Amino acid sequence: MVPISYYIILSAILFTIGALGVLIRRNALIIFMSVELMLNAANLAMVAFGRIHESFSGQIFVFFVIAVAAAEVAVGLALIVEIFKSKRSIDVDQMNSMKG
Amino acid sequence: MTLDLILFLVLALVAVATAMGMLMSRNAIYSALFLVLNFVTVAVFYLLLGGPFIAMAQITVYAGAIMVLFLFVIMLLGAESLPKAEILPWQGPLAGILGVTLIVEAAYLLVTRARPEGEIIPPGEAVNLSATIQQLGLALFRDYLLPFEVTSVLLLVAMVGAIVLIRKERRVH
Repeated sequence: MVPISYYIILSAILFTIGALGVLIRRNALIIFMSVELMLNAANLAMVAFGRIHESFSGQIFVFFVIAVAAAEVAVGLALIVEIFKSKRSIDVDQMNSMKG
Repeated sequence: MTLDLILFLVLALVAVATAMGMLMSRNAIYSALFLVLNFVTVAVFYLLLGGPFIAMAQITVYAGAIMVLFLFVIMLLGAESLPKAEILPWQGPLAGILGVTLIVEAAYLLVTRARPEGEIIPPGEAVNLSATIQQLGLALFRDYLLPFEVTSVLLLVAMVGAIVLIRKERRVH
C-alpha cells in the first residue's frame, strides 16, 4: 500500500528537475529532453489518479500525451537540425537573432 | 514497511537519480541514456499502477522511438558537448532558487490543501491481464474516438511539417 501522495510528490520532484534543466542548460537538445521529462512527470501523476479513481481515463490521456510528444519531437528535432545548419551551433545563447 | 513501499522507494530513488544524471551530464549522449533509464523506471511505475498497456507504450514509443531519434540527432550534429562560453553568473543560482520555490510550493499545497486521499493498492494477478487491456481499448474507441482520430491527423501534420522543414529549398524562378 503506497499512499497516492507519494506518487504525486515524486511527480512534482521529476517535474522540478525538468524545469531546472530548461532553465540551466544551454544545449537545445538537453532542454528538449527536459521538456520530455516534465511531460513524463505529469503522465505519472495522471496514471496514479486514474488508479485511485478506478478509471481508464488517466491511462488514455497518457496515451494521447505520448502521441503528442512523438509529434512534438519530430517537429522540434527538425527545427534543431535546421538551426544547426544555419548557425553551426545548438547553444541557445547563440539564438539571439531572428534572421537565419 | 511493506514490500510495495520498499519497491516504490527504490524505484523513486532510481527515477530521481537518473533525472539528476540527465540534468548534470556534460555529454548529451549520457543525458539521453540517463533519460532512457528514467523512462523505463516510469514504465515500471505504470506496471505498479496497473497499466500494462501504457507501460509497454512508454517503453516502445518513449524509451525506444523518441530517444533513438534524439540519439540519432545528437550524433548527426556532433553536438555532444558545447564549447565553453561565457555564461550568465546569476543564471544557475536563480534557477536553483526558482526550482526550490516550485517544489516547496507544490509540497505545501499538497500537504495542506489538496490532500489527495487514498492508497494505491498493488495490482493483483487480475489487473495485468488482457481483460483490462480490452476495457482500455473499448474506452479508447468508444468514449475517446474523436480525440483518437484527431491524434492521427496531428501525427500526419507533424510528419509533413518535419519533411517540409528539412527539405532543401528550391529557388523559384
